[in-house]
Amino acid sequence: MDGFLSMGGYAAYVWSSYGAAALILVGLLVLSLSGLRRVERTLATLEAAKPRRKREPKATAPTGTPAAETAP
Amino acid sequence: MHRFANPARFLKIANAVLPWAAGLSAVCFAAGLYLGLIASPPDYQQGDTVRIMYIHVPAAWMSMFTYSTMALAAAAALVWKHPLAEVYAKAAAPLGAGFTALCLLTGSLWGAPMWGTWWVWDARLTSVLVLFFLYLGYMALVDAFDDPARGAKAGNILLLVGAVNVPIIKFSVEWWNTLHQPASVFRLGGPTIAASMLWPLLLLALAFQSYFVAVVILRIRAGLAARRVQTLRLGQTG
Repeated sequence: MDGFLSMGGYAAYVWSSYGAAALILVGLLVLSLSGLRRVERTLATLEAAKPRRKREPKATAPTGTPAAETAP
Repeated sequence: MHRFANPARFLKIANAVLPWAAGLSAVCFAAGLYLGLIASPPDYQQGDTVRIMYIHVPAAWMSMFTYSTMALAAAAALVWKHPLAEVYAKAAAPLGAGFTALCLLTGSLWGAPMWGTWWVWDARLTSVLVLFFLYLGYMALVDAFDDPARGAKAGNILLLVGAVNVPIIKFSVEWWNTLHQPASVFRLGGPTIAASMLWPLLLLALAFQSYFVAVVILRIRAGLAARRVQTLRLGQTG
């Protein structure tokens, strides 16, 4: 176990490399997940507010096209 | 390919792929780290610093893979006005920048004990540093415009112009005889690495690749949701 941790005297270089990998990969995963949560919350709030507005044009022009397909 | 261009259809497939990619990544990381850190022998010349390779080389492969796919997406976005392609390029950029930073960092940490220097202006090192700046430049450029469509277009052109750097990175170790060693896995005549070292390398490469697939799917989902938010907000004000 001692030899494992000391990495033949190169512990600083080897463990820094694996530490940097863990930091970058976990950091990007956490940032991506929190970004997704944030935008999905905003979208849910906006879509909850939308149907009240959408009902009026629907009576005059029933297009039947989901908004997702017309989005750029 | 155009069948996957529809964001709704894409999301259906992506959500089915996501748990498999995440699971594969976890398994490969566990196996690769065990083989790389514990089961594989130290190198007869480099000692235990050879274990840095199991991080450094997959990060380097991923830095080039990610940029290449972003450049292809940029071409698709410019030629076919493919909306998903722009979302993909934007989603992948921070991951590519992360892989490139990791490649440069671990390269320095490996170079210091083995080459006796943290950094030299070697052709390979310099061209990878340029790749890192291309990622940062792209990320800054796409967000620098009030109109996201113009930002995406400028970013796509930068990605295409920067694509010339990818073969330069790949062949830099053959064109210029400087410090960095030539390829030892993807070369004519097969790999020159012992199997005990090739296995952890390939497992961690697969772990990095499936990590990328899983996280880029999350980021594309966020990008598509952000577009939807933007459309709804425009609808409210208009």
